[in-house]
Order: sequence, then C-alpha cells, then structure tokens
Amino acid sequence: MAGLEAHLRARRADGHKLLLPYLTAGYPVGEWPRLIEGFALAGADGMEIGLPFSDPVMDGPTIQEASTLALEAGANPQALLDEVAKMEAGIPLVAMTYYNICFRMGHERFASALVQAGVSGCILPDLPLEELGPWAEAADAAGIETVLLAAPTAPDERLVRIAERARGFIYGVGLVGITGERDELAASAVEMARRLKEITDKPVIIGVGVSTPEQAAEVCQVADGVVVGSAIVRRLLETGSVDAAITFVGELRAALDGC
Amino acid sequence: MAIAEARDPSGQPTRRVAVMGEPDATGRFGRFGGRFVPETLVPACAELEAAFRQAWSDDAFRSEYRELLTGYAGRPSALTECHNLSQQLGLRLLLKREDLNHTGSHKINNVLGQTLLARRMGKTRIVAETGAGQHGVASATAAAYFGLECVVYMGEVDVTRQALNVYRMRLLGAEVRPALSGSRTLKDAVNEAMRDWVATVANTHYCLGSVMGPHPYPWMVREFHRVIGDEARDQCRALLGGDPDVVVACVGGGSNAIGIFSGFADTSAELVGVEPAGGAAVGKGIPGVVHGSLSYLMQDEYGQVLEAQSVSAGLDYPGIGPEHAHLADIGRARYEAVTDREVLDAFELLARTEGIIPALEPAHGLAWIVRAREELAGRTVLLNLSGRGDKDVAQVQAIQDGDPEALKTVSF
Ligand SMILES: Cc1ncc(COP(=O)(O)O)c(C=O)c1O
Repeated sequence: MAGLEAHLRARRADGHKLLLPYLTAGYPVGEWPRLIEGFALAGADGMEIGLPFSDPVMDGPTIQEASTLALEAGANPQALLDEVAKMEAGIPLVAMTYYNICFRMGHERFASALVQAGVSGCILPDLPLEELGPWAEAADAAGIETVLLAAPTAPDERLVRIAERARGFIYGVGLVGITGERDELAASAVEMARRLKEITDKPVIIGVGVSTPEQAAEVCQVADGVVVGSAIVRRLLETGSVDAAITFVGELRAALDGC
Repeated sequence: MAIAEARDPSGQPTRRVAVMGEPDATGRFGRFGGRFVPETLVPACAELEAAFRQAWSDDAFRSEYRELLTGYAGRPSALTECHNLSQQLGLRLLLKREDLNHTGSHKINNVLGQTLLARRMGKTRIVAETGAGQHGVASATAAAYFGLECVVYMGEVDVTRQALNVYRMRLLGAEVRPALSGSRTLKDAVNEAMRDWVATVANTHYCLGSVMGPHPYPWMVREFHRVIGDEARDQCRALLGGDPDVVVACVGGGSNAIGIFSGFADTSAELVGVEPAGGAAVGKGIPGVVHGSLSYLMQDEYGQVLEAQSVSAGLDYPGIGPEHAHLADIGRARYEAVTDREVLDAFELLARTEGIIPALEPAHGLAWIVRAREELAGRTVLLNLSGRGDKDVAQVQAIQDGDPEALKTVSF
C-alpha cells in the first residue's frame, strides 16, 4: 500500500474529501477489531487507532471513558497492535497515543511495533515540535509518518514550521480545547483550515469538535478532510456494539460526498 | 545557581556541578524536564517563560512580591529548635516553620508569585489542582486578594478526606470541581486542570502547585520557594554559627523540598527528600513523561501511570519534579520512603512533645528522622515543616476511631 500521505493526496486528487474516523483500541472489548474493516467499508480514507493511556490530557470525558474501560479490561499497547495486525483494512492506519506509551517501549521498538502491525502513521498529541527529535528520527527511519497537530493558538511562523515537519497530513485542531462533541462547529475550525491551506499543500485534516455529518461537510468547504472521534465513541459507549458506529461513519461519508 | 558536590552511589564525592540554576533552553535539569504539552499550550508556556524571566529580573516585581510575603503571608517564618524532641531522639532538631505562613503552608509563597505574574500577563482567571487542599486554599486566597476568578480541581477522594479545606476554598469564593476520573486523587486533578487550561488559555493562568509540569514551571515554582532556603540558611547561621548537617523535607511534587534545598545545595549539608512508601517516585519509579515533563514516574511495564497510595493527600502523587530526579541522579540529594504507620506516629509525636500539630505531609520528614535517629545521632537536622495539621485532624481522628472509609486511605 502507498504511504499515508501519498494515499491521502491521491484520494484528494480524485476530488474526495477525506474521512478519518477514530476508534479506541480495546473498546468495545472483543468486538473493536471489527471496527477497522467496518470503517473502511463504510467509506473511510484512513483511520485513527487510539492506544489507551492512563492520563489522556487532550481527551474529554467520552474518549477518557472508552480508554478507561479498555484499560480495565487489561488492554496493553503491544497486544492491541497484535490485533490490529490481523485486520485487512486496505486503507492507512494511524496510531494515536500519548508519548509515554512510546517512550516506555523505546522509540525504535515502538516504531517497529507500528510497522509490524501495518500502521503507517502516528500522532502523539503531547509531543510538540520542540520535543519531537528522538521520536521523529526513529519514526522516519522505520517509515512511520508522524502527523503533527496545529492549534489555533499558534502564530503563523509556528504553523509554517509545523507544516514543514508534519508527515502524512497536518492535523488542524478545530478549537481551543480538548476532544468532545460540540453542538456547533467552532468558527476556529474553518479558520484553522484556511490558515493551514494558505501555507501548505499537504493534506489538511481538521479534528476535535467535529461532531456531525453537517459539521464535517461545513469544515470541508475549506479543509481537505476531518477526523471524527467522540461522536463515534459515544455511539459505541451507548450501544456497546460496533454497528451504530459503522453506520454513523457511512453517514459522514455521504455528507462529505455531497459537498 | 550554586556549586554542589556530586556523589556516586556509595556517597563518595565525584565532581563539582552547578545546581539550582536555570534549566537549559529546553527546560531540562540534566536529562529531566522538558515541555511535553499539547500543541495548544506551547505558545502559552513560552509566553509564561518570557513573562517570568522578565518579571524576575524586574526590581519592581521583586519588591512587590517581597512586600506580599512579609505584609500578607507573614514571612519570615520562624526557625524553631525542638528541645524536647531533640533530647528524646539524641540529635538536634530544628524546624523551618512554614506552617506559620498565612493559609498554613509553604504553598502561599508560590501562589503569590504566580498570581502577581498572572495579573501582569493580563489574565483574569486562574485554575489550580490540589491534593491536600493547601495549594487550592492558597490559590483561592490569592485570587480573592487580587480579584481573580478561581477554579480548583480536586480528586473526589481528596474532596472527602480534606473536607475542611474544600469549605475554606468555597468560603474564599473559589469554585471547587471534583476530578472524577482515574484514581480521583492529585494526579487526576492535574489532568483536569490541564484540560481546563487547554480550553481557556486565552484568559486563564494555570497556577501549578509544585515543581512539576512543563517548562518553565519547575524552575519558576522553585524560584518562588527559594525564600524558604534563603531564610533558613541565615537563621541557621545565626543560631548555629554554621549550616545544619542534614536538611530534610517531604516530597510530593517537591516544591517545599526544593525551596529549602536551594539554600543549602552548595553547603556540606546532606539533603534528604522523604516520599510516602506508596508514592515513591525516586525509589520505585523509572523515567517517564506525564503532566508535561520527563522525570521519575511510577508506571507499569507499558507506560501506564500507576496510582499512588498514601494517607497524605498532598503526597499522593506518582511522579516527582524533574529537578529532584536530577539531584537524585547526580547524588546531591537522596530520597527515602516511609510508611503511613510511621507517619501517623510522627504526627502524634510532634504534637505531644513540642505542641506543634504538623500536616501529614511534613510528618513524613519527621518519620524518617525518627527511623534514622541512630544514623543522625548527635547531628543537627533541619526539617522543613511545610504545613500545619488542622486540615488533617478529622482524618486522623477517623483513622484512630477505626472508621472503615478513613482506613481505606491508609496502608499499614
Ligand atoms: C503541607 C504540605 N506539604 C507538602 C506538600 C507536598 O507538595 P510539595 O512536594 O510540592 O511540597 C503539600 C501538598 O499539598 C502540603 O500541603
């Protein structure tokens, strides 16, 4: 398969808006691996696979709860990646976790664990540009594309540096805050997309606070695509089954195709 | 900055190193520290660093800060010689009385500095985490004084065991929000405060309560507590004609300890930090990253942070400030751990012998002194009495009465 960035660029060139749903690996216990193929079939262009961490400071109550439930059921990063390795998604997978999970395993070992699992990208939301060095070196060497977050609080010159160092895509944070559903799309989401599109031709994907098909379509007026997390995980928490979440991903796809 | 003797694990001096200075440009003390925060907060940390650097070299800021410490917080705090207990233990015990500060602990030193800085940066709101409630009370106090809005996050377990402090914070006009995730103690309160700050960074300052977190906090908070060590050093020289042999402090994140250590790092005094056995980051920890910095951390083989377990809400923390990790690494300070049982005994001991009811946190320091009294025989030992015990009286009473809920917070 082509790399993450190459794949997303190709889809974009076909006139697609990019959809990257998020799942918390390990939840719902036993059933979660089915989400991987399910999301792909429902029209995802890639997906974020969250490896649960005990202290997720960028996450709101919904994703925290799924992480806690997964950890209470005994989830550990290596075992979760072993499960991921068994799935055939046919689209790029992006691991999302906090830096200590990677640091504890060791940069090289973590990068090669991702490669073994068939994962092509990685997001570490508490590892900003200034601390990126040792991980980025290991990731680059292993061919893992390190996606960087860009936040509305960054001045323009910082966005430029982030865009230059980002691999795979640039994850524009849609609002000043943590993950979680919002009733309306924040004005900052479109603004973030606009600022990033002005300075880069790498795929610009907006996440955090994108909660509905309408909001996804709205932000994709400017952005190349969206990450949707809490709205999916809430459906998993409410129903305890993967079906409602997969159906919802289909609705997101339809909304993006209509715009 | 001070020059200290580094020592190998057998205690032999190896080389002289600069300590207690500024961390390097990445916020590191040796290999520890850094700034591991969500991208949203990077500009705020940089702004805070610049603002602190500028304020700390501004005489007007310094003198306003000093006036608050004397006129409002009641500094300098006394140095008390414990005649009764010294005789009983066979050593010479001195207490640096941070318990006598306004609000009852050392925490006010840091909070007054940070709120002055917050005002200077044009912030109208502060958020804080608290364990024992002492930092929360100090934050609520300073917010009332400066007319800032104040929200304090406190683990749900601690809301129960430190009920008196919860009421004090509310009385002072702060909003106390229980942290309901994870172990529902200090670690989770820090998570919630950081999440709040991620969302409110435009008008809010995060008033972090210890020498932990992302750069510049470990450095800035140490500078705001340096006054403890500076005073104690002068007071010891006046009383003893020299320095104490050993300086002891309890360590949660490590702010009261670094404050008193900073006055003695370049002397021959031994520096000893005392952690709870159930939260011994140096003893049981391995390097890891949580809450913005790289330091020793209690964690499992996969990097999940473990829950600390201690009778003292203020020390119930699985990490330790990065500068302490560095001082441990180079052998300039050593870190010991005591059990809850030893702490409760020390709590009573100080009350009975000296008429001073200590907070459970500094009772850890005394517990180690009691245990190590043979090693310490005949020596002069300075203990940082970081806070007073009023907040703990109800909890200790419930433990002594055998209340099952209270006993859950103790490991014997
Ligand atoms: C009296 C007292 N001492 C010590 C501590 C622990 O903090 P630190 O290690 O930062 O001094 C606390 C924290 O709540 C406290 O209230």
